[in-house]
Amino acid sequence: MSAGTERAAATFAGEELGCIRGERVVFRDVSFAVEPGGALILRGPNGSGKSSLLRLACGLLKPAAGRLTWSDADVRNDAHAHRTRLNYVGHLDAVKAALTVAENVAFWAAFAGNTAGVAAALERLDLGALADIPARLLSAGQRRRVNLARLAAAPAPLWLLDEPAVSLDEASAASLGQLMADHRARGGIIVAATHAELRLPDAAVLELTAATP
Amino acid sequence: MSEFFLLVGRDVRLAARQGSANTMVVVFFVLTVTLFPLGVGPESAVLARIAAGVIWVAALLASMLSLDRLFQADFEDGSLDLLALSNLPLELTVLAKTAAHWITTGVPLIIVSPLLALILNMDIAGWLTLIVAMLLGTPALSLIGGIGAALTVSIRRGGVLLSLLVLPLYIPVLIFGVGAVEAAIGGLTQRPHLLILAALFLVALVLAPLASAAALRLNLE
Repeated sequence: MSAGTERAAATFAGEELGCIRGERVVFRDVSFAVEPGGALILRGPNGSGKSSLLRLACGLLKPAAGRLTWSDADVRNDAHAHRTRLNYVGHLDAVKAALTVAENVAFWAAFAGNTAGVAAALERLDLGALADIPARLLSAGQRRRVNLARLAAAPAPLWLLDEPAVSLDEASAASLGQLMADHRARGGIIVAATHAELRLPDAAVLELTAATP
Repeated sequence: MSEFFLLVGRDVRLAARQGSANTMVVVFFVLTVTLFPLGVGPESAVLARIAAGVIWVAALLASMLSLDRLFQADFEDGSLDLLALSNLPLELTVLAKTAAHWITTGVPLIIVSPLLALILNMDIAGWLTLIVAMLLGTPALSLIGGIGAALTVSIRRGGVLLSLLVLPLYIPVLIFGVGAVEAAIGGLTQRPHLLILAALFLVALVLAPLASAAALRLNLE
């Protein structure tokens, strides 16, 4: 219930964020705000800092300047609460080859404290028939879907997605679109970096340009 | 806390499914020790004299064999990002993974060590102490080794660097591990040696997860 009440009012925002990696300024003065139910698409050329901004948003990177807020409170004040309210899908799939599809999803779901709903999550991404197959036999697109099934299996109000639709076929991209639409209908927030078209209607777009030093 | 055991369970299951790495550790341990009778000659008095040292050195090297993959597999497939973003503090994540490493490599080493003591004609008075000393020493090895594994997690072929970092830190465990067994065989009290081993284990238990987690955070940036 606490997650539901938290969802109602929270806005996720970044204020004048700057990021430095390897003594190089990746971006600076990046600001955004996403309302509940809203979505933000990050666009920009390679190396413009889309992935860095997402890693910054989930707390794996520390901002060199600026701050991130969740309903106007700096997320650094309670890093643990921030971690528990987000679901991060990076460009790596975090799928263990030696475990089956169902075991992979069930592990992450249980790790987020949510054991129910694994079967339903697999169905949402058309993985039901593959549930007992070792993940090493999966194709790249199928592995991607296993990773995305985490989103459905372990709900969290904030989704940070790095190229979520990469190597997905048409039907799976539609499933992902439906998944994201349902998430937003429940008041969830999505921040996604992508080059491809994502099925995110009315999403705000943040253009990142390669920063000049 | 349930996440802790969940992670231990996953890592043990992964190790059991993949099998080869842990079998390799035990086979390496047995092979190295059996080389000594061939190398120094079959005189049982000589072998009995060096048995404790040989077994401990081989155990040290064997436990280091699988260390480089301790965090690297999770780092490379992105799991470590998710573990770092989970409810479980990174220090406990490190502790869980180290515990799984000990269960899958340390415990098999302890189980085969009496067999190797027999091969090397170790005095039977030392056997029990050897097992107790290894029970205290091998978890310390896994914990200390975890620091090296965390520091070299992003380095491909970091195994050599890892051993250079970790081996000097293993020396106290080696000295007191061998000391305990020699004391038991010589009819002296092994208690102080075992107490120091226990102290090493407890210090590593507290400090190693902190150090490893800090190293992992640096590598995740």
